[in-house]
Amino acid sequence: MRQYEVTFIVDPVLSDEEIKSTLKTYQDMLSREGGEIVHTEEMGLRQLAYPINRRNSGVYYCVEFKLESPSFIDKLELSLRRDERVMRFLTTSLDKYGVKYNDDKRKGLIGKKKDKDKDSQKDQPKAKSDSGKPKTNEKEAVKKVVAAKQELEAVKETDDKDVQEEE
Amino acid sequence: MASRDDIKFLSNPTIGQRRDKYCRFKRFGIKYIDYKDPDFLLQFVNEQGKLLPRRITGNSLKYQRKVATAVKRARHLAMLPYVTDQLK
Repeated sequence: MRQYEVTFIVDPVLSDEEIKSTLKTYQDMLSREGGEIVHTEEMGLRQLAYPINRRNSGVYYCVEFKLESPSFIDKLELSLRRDERVMRFLTTSLDKYGVKYNDDKRKGLIGKKKDKDKDSQKDQPKAKSDSGKPKTNEKEAVKKVVAAKQELEAVKETDDKDVQEEE
Repeated sequence: MASRDDIKFLSNPTIGQRRDKYCRFKRFGIKYIDYKDPDFLLQFVNEQGKLLPRRITGNSLKYQRKVATAVKRARHLAMLPYVTDQLK
């Protein structure tokens, strides 16, 4: 059982339905062939670094999946190649670090500050301490929200009073 | 008595000192380099989009190879350009 990752760029000129059905075809194809889809990341519309087929942007999708036998990869790539909706694709097999990285990325451990977060992904204790910090931040955020709401209510009350006085 | 802080130099003593190079992947324990993260990979290319040599980035050979494959994959997916000017 190995884990793979296929990233492909869909033509942005197509309608939203067609773009989504493109993703669906490959998801269905994978599950039909005994693949287990781990995660699908929709990276959305992005600017391309250089034009492909005279397009300057593309819709990026990344499907992570597990497969028992690698023979299906050839079939998948062939159908991707034949598909006119897909502008570009890349299939990679993930090593254990890649699997872990994607796992951590989904949990949100990576992605704020490049170096610090990436070093926290491997060192478990650090990761725990890091994951502890956002919680306190959340609490603070909640407090702020509550305070803001109270202020708003206070303002409303004063407004109401003003209205009443005017009446 | 003059403490160490009071000593003033006529010229900046740090000029001419070489900063130690190190491999950031080894130091920070980064094991996987994501090819879908162009902002991170931008640190390893010059403004023409070419890969920077190891003598400048200080990467160890193992991770320089991984950086190279990641940059090449990112180029294939149009996340980084193959050729350009004034990338940074």
